[in-house]
Amino acid sequence: MRVALFLTCVNDTLYPDTGRAVVRLLTRLGVDVDFPMGQTCCGQAHYNTGYRHEAEPLARRFADVFRGYEAIVTPSGSCGAMVRELYPRLGERARAEGRGDTLAAALAPVVPRTYELTEFLVDVLGVTDVGACYPHRVTYHPTCHGLRALGLGDRPGRLLRAVRGLDLVELPGAEECCGFGGTFAVKNPDVSAAMGADKVRHAESTGAAVLCAADNSCLMHLGGTLTRMGSDVRPVHLAEILASTEKEPAV
Amino acid sequence: MSETFLGMPSFPAFPVAARAAVQDGTLRGNLRHATHTIRAKRAKAVAELPDWAELREAGRRIKDHTLRHLDRYLVQVEEAVTAAGGTVHWAADATEANRIVAGLVRATGESEVVKVKSMATQEIGLNEALEAEGIRAYETDLAELIVQLGRDRPSHILVPAIHRNRGEIRDVFRSEMGRWGRAAPDGLTDEPADLAEAARLHLREKFLRARVGVSGANFVVAETGTLVVVESEGNGRMCLTLPETLISVVGIEKIVPTWRDLEVFLQTLPRSSTAERMNPYTSMWTGTTDAETADGPREFHLVLLDNGRTDTLADEVGRQALRCIRCSACLNVCPVYERAGGHAYGSVYPGPIGAILSPQLRGTASAVDASLPYASSLCGACYEVCPVAIDIPEVLVHLRERVAEGGRATREGSTVVLRPARGHAVERAAMRAARWALTRPAALRTGQRIAGRARRLQPRSLPGPGRAWSASRDLPAVPAEPFRDWWRRIYGAGGTAAARPGPGGDTGKDTR
Repeated sequence: MRVALFLTCVNDTLYPDTGRAVVRLLTRLGVDVDFPMGQTCCGQAHYNTGYRHEAEPLARRFADVFRGYEAIVTPSGSCGAMVRELYPRLGERARAEGRGDTLAAALAPVVPRTYELTEFLVDVLGVTDVGACYPHRVTYHPTCHGLRALGLGDRPGRLLRAVRGLDLVELPGAEECCGFGGTFAVKNPDVSAAMGADKVRHAESTGAAVLCAADNSCLMHLGGTLTRMGSDVRPVHLAEILASTEKEPAV
Repeated sequence: MSETFLGMPSFPAFPVAARAAVQDGTLRGNLRHATHTIRAKRAKAVAELPDWAELREAGRRIKDHTLRHLDRYLVQVEEAVTAAGGTVHWAADATEANRIVAGLVRATGESEVVKVKSMATQEIGLNEALEAEGIRAYETDLAELIVQLGRDRPSHILVPAIHRNRGEIRDVFRSEMGRWGRAAPDGLTDEPADLAEAARLHLREKFLRARVGVSGANFVVAETGTLVVVESEGNGRMCLTLPETLISVVGIEKIVPTWRDLEVFLQTLPRSSTAERMNPYTSMWTGTTDAETADGPREFHLVLLDNGRTDTLADEVGRQALRCIRCSACLNVCPVYERAGGHAYGSVYPGPIGAILSPQLRGTASAVDASLPYASSLCGACYEVCPVAIDIPEVLVHLRERVAEGGRATREGSTVVLRPARGHAVERAAMRAARWALTRPAALRTGQRIAGRARRLQPRSLPGPGRAWSASRDLPAVPAEPFRDWWRRIYGAGGTAAARPGPGGDTGKDTR
C-alpha cells in the first residue's frame, strides 16, 4: 500500500523527528510512503483566526497536491480535522456566497481519504501492536480536535498499551484543553498560560517521564510551559513512541 | 437607534479583563470547585438517559423549525395570550421594553416589584431602568439576591453568584440586608442552612407585600399561549402567584409550538443545567383565565422582546445561537470560563454561549464584543454538552471572520457591510504574507532554511507581540534541517520511502 504523508507545516519546520518517526513506523508496517514536495499547510490557522478566504488557496493547494492518493496520513489531529471537518464547510460557505460548487468539488476527493495517524493504523491497517518498545512511564493527553472533531476515542490508548515496556498512566483531567488553541495562545496569553500550567501540573502528578500527544502544536505549548516551569517531564509525539523499537530506540 | 444593553459602557476587551481574573486565586478556586462539581454531576445525569442523542437532536429540530416559522408562531402566541385574558406588547429593543414595563408598573400605582430570575430582564437592564423611574425591583432568586445586595454583577447564567464563596455571602447578608428590608439575624454564620434561612425571612416579607411580579420565561407554548418558568427554589412561583399583576419579558426565540415539545426540553434542560432528573418547580400559566376561581394574577402582560434577535436570525451560521435554552452546561465545561470567570465577558451572557450571543445581539463594534469571538481555544467541549447542539466553535470562527474580514451582516433589520475591526491590520497583513509563502513551497523552504541557519541566535524570549508567547513559555528549538530537506537528501524529491517489513516478520497486521 502506498500513502502520502501530510506532515503539516509545523512538523516540517520544527519537528522533523516526528516526520522521520512516521516514515520509519509506516515503512516498518509494510507501507510505501510518499512525501509530495508541493505540500505546505492545510490553512487551519487562517481559517480558525477568521481569515477563511486566505485559507481557501491553501485548501486548494492541498487538494491539488494530494489528489492522486488513496490515503493521506497526517500525524496531527487538528490538521486532520481541518481537512475532514472544515474543508466541506469551506465549500458550503463558498456556495452560500454565490460562488458555485467549484471549491466544494475541488476539495471533496481528499476529505474522506485523509486519516490522522492513529486512525490509519487502527482502522486501515488494522494494527494495534505496531511492534514498538519504549521502556518509560508515559501519560497521554488527548488533544481536543483529535478527541472531539475526529472522535479518535481509544485508538491512541490501544496503540500505547501494546507498546512493550511502556507504563501508561492516566492523566487527571485528560480531556480538558491544554490551552494552546492556535492563535488563542497569543490572543489570550494569560488564560492560555493558566490552562497550560494546570495541564503540566496534572502531568507531573502522574510521575510520568513523558507527556505524549498526537499533535505537536499542543506539545509545543506544553513543552514550552514544561521547561519554563522547570519540569523534567518531556513532551513526545505519539509517532516517535510507536516508531521506537529495541533495535532502533527513540532518539 | 439601537439601545441594546451594553452591560457596562466601554468594558475592556476580554483578554484584559481575563488577566485580572486569572491572577485572583480566590476567584479561581471558587470557580474551579463549582464548575468541576456541576460538570461531573451533569455528566452522570445525562449518561442515565439512553436516548440522550435523540433528545438532543429533537431539541435542535424543534428550535430550528420554530425559528424558521417564527413570524407565524409569534402571531399565534399573541392570539392565544390575548384570548386567555393577557395583553401582548412588542418591544423592538431594550429601551422600548423598559419603557413598556415601567409604564405598566406605574399604572398599578405601585413603586416596587418582586422579580423571578430572568436573563431577558437583565439583558435589557430593567432593574436600573425601573430605579430611574422611582420603582424598586427586588430580586428573589437566592443567587440573584446575593448579587443585588452585594452591588455585584452576575457571572453565570444559572448560578449568578458562582464567584462568591459562603464566607463572602455571609458578609454581604450581614452588611446589606437591612438596607433593603429585613436585616440578617444576629450572629449569622456561613452555614448554608443559616444563609438560606436569612434569605427566606428577608424575602418572605417581600413576597407577602408585593402587588406586582416581573418574570421572564423559559418557554412560551404557541398553541395555548402558556408561559413556563423552570426554577429550583419556589421563590419564582411565589412571584408568579401572589401578586395581582404579572409582567413577563420574554425573548422572541423562547417559543415552542406545542405542549408536546416541552417533553423534550423538560428532560434536557434540568439534566444539563442543575443535573437534576426532574425540575423541582415548573410553573405554567395561561393568561388570567383561572384568576376568577383560583390563585394567580388578575392582570397579565407579555412583553415580547427582539433586541437584536431578528438580526441574529438573519445570519445563516449565527442563528443557531437562538436555539439556546440557557442551561449553562457550556459554561460549566469551558476551560476558558473556568479561568477567566463570567465578568470578563462583559455581558449578562458569559461563557461560550455569551461569546457567540453578545456579539450578535449587540454587534461587534465595542472592544469587548470584538474580542469575545476569540475568547475560546476552540476545544469543542461546549458543543459536545449543548442539549440543542449549537456548534459554538463554528459560530465563534464565523464571528472571528466578521471581525477580521468584515462583510455583510444584518443590523436593526437592514443589511450592512461591516468594515474589518480596528486593531487587526498587522494580523491581516501577517495572514496574507503567510498565505503567500505557503502557496509557494520554495518560499516556505527558504524561510525554513533561514530559521535553521539562524537557530543559534534564537532568543529565549521575544520582544513586542511575541512576548504574548514567551512570557510564559519557552520557544521550541529550531532544527538544523527541516523535514523536507532531509527527505530530499534521503529519498530525493518525488522519491518514495519503501516498505521494509521489520524484524520479527511484522507485516503490518495485528499479530495478537
